Amino acid sequence: MIDITARVQSVWRRNWDAFLRTYRVNFIPPFVEPVLYLVALGFGLGTYIEAVDGTPYPVFIAPALVSISVMNSAFFECTYSSFVRMYYQKTFDAIIATPVSIDEVIAGEMLWGATRGMIYATLMLPVLLLFGVVAMPSSLLLIPFAFLAGLLFAGIAMCFTAITPSIDALNYPSFLFITPMFLFSGTFFPLDLLPQPIQYFALAALPLTHVVAINRAITLSAFSPLNLFNLAWIAVAAAFFFVLAIRLMRRRLIV
Amino acid sequence: MKMIQCISPKTGGTLEVLGMDVETRQREIKSRLGVVPQETNLDPDFSAYRNLLVYARYFGIPQREAERRAIDLLAFMQLDEKRDVLIDKLSGGMKRRLIIARALVNEPELLILDEPTIGLDPQARHLIWEKLRSLRAEGNTLVLTTHYLDEAERLCDRLVIMDHGKILVEGAPADLIREHAGNDVVEIERTEKAVARLDELGVNYDLAGDVLQIFTDRPNDVARELLEVCRHEAAVTVRPATLEDVFLRLTGRSLRE
Repeated sequence: MIDITARVQSVWRRNWDAFLRTYRVNFIPPFVEPVLYLVALGFGLGTYIEAVDGTPYPVFIAPALVSISVMNSAFFECTYSSFVRMYYQKTFDAIIATPVSIDEVIAGEMLWGATRGMIYATLMLPVLLLFGVVAMPSSLLLIPFAFLAGLLFAGIAMCFTAITPSIDALNYPSFLFITPMFLFSGTFFPLDLLPQPIQYFALAALPLTHVVAINRAITLSAFSPLNLFNLAWIAVAAAFFFVLAIRLMRRRLIV
Repeated sequence: MKMIQCISPKTGGTLEVLGMDVETRQREIKSRLGVVPQETNLDPDFSAYRNLLVYARYFGIPQREAERRAIDLLAFMQLDEKRDVLIDKLSGGMKRRLIIARALVNEPELLILDEPTIGLDPQARHLIWEKLRSLRAEGNTLVLTTHYLDEAERLCDRLVIMDHGKILVEGAPADLIREHAGNDVVEIERTEKAVARLDELGVNYDLAGDVLQIFTDRPNDVARELLEVCRHEAAVTVRPATLEDVFLRLTGRSLRE
């Protein structure tokens, strides 16, 4: 059984407080990233690409930029940052000496990772609006959906953190999992350009594929029944990894 | 220690803390304990003051109350001036004091300290001892582990000496010293004459490296005898017996690693 009460919010609040203390650096990426990518890829490279399936190239990649940012912020928060708190700062040890349970510590970390993804999506939205590459008001949905997508990546990240022998070993999932997703999840070109087996692989094993599909439907304000499948995939995977991460972490930390 | 704190699962037997079973009532026990871990695990992302506030939140203490307690505790531990300083900028002694302040934030019924003064300079140790004594004087219960036997002698009303997980002796420091080491110790460098004299007198002695130790209630008599035979060859010292003598006599002198 998983032992989570309202005390989970005290763990989340700890990370929120730390985030606000260094808000200046934290707020830079979501503003700068979309500008760089839109200018370089959207309007630079994009001049050679008239349209993707009738969509102007900057408009095509805008939802991918949000998806990638959510993925990165949640994933890196719950790998490197969580590992530092757990292993070097001994923050988890300090917390579990209080009535907060180990399950709540891990859940709080993941909920925070998801929140961070949501914060980044929220901050990117005005930049994308300024470039005129997202439709309103449907694009407001980017924000709540970023929390769910963030929770998925946070859960996957926390599983890696639970089994990694050292902080260096976290480079494996970063390069072997995150980088391929960044490129092959229908981000910068449509998935159906890839050979059929790779398409199936992307749908089965690269969660970002589903996130990009939903975000693209949101920013284009063009939903299809397939998006329900995407959403269900994400919800089930998020729940699965959430629970798995807690179990793996218990195994690591209860000695 | 970790089993008492409900952090590690108990390995066997029964264990109750404040009358509660450690397996079923972990949260209740933890909410009434204060823990000073051996390892410094203050939160480096926050100032001294915020460390206390954030920690109070883990106990569900309301913000206002937490602020009041944090200010009081910083004053008690003489850290007022460091209120807004980040943890990295505190000295080792300040960090230990802040950890003790943090352990008090939930007004615990039982304070558990694991090697509270490890690695500190004498001034810092004395300040911590003073604070721990004043907590004790206020009627708080402190459980502490230490390898510093002078620390145990100064702070403890009741003491347990453990070796390889087994309790060897238990009692008040003064009683243990009287019982296991006697009142005084005469020490002299090991020379043939001294050994011969002691054997002649039929006095028992321990060998500690190159030093002969005689645990006795008549230190002056023994010292006089020894001085007579080896006045110019070896120094004779008389000192009161300490817990360290008790510890070494009970657990032996070989290194335990």
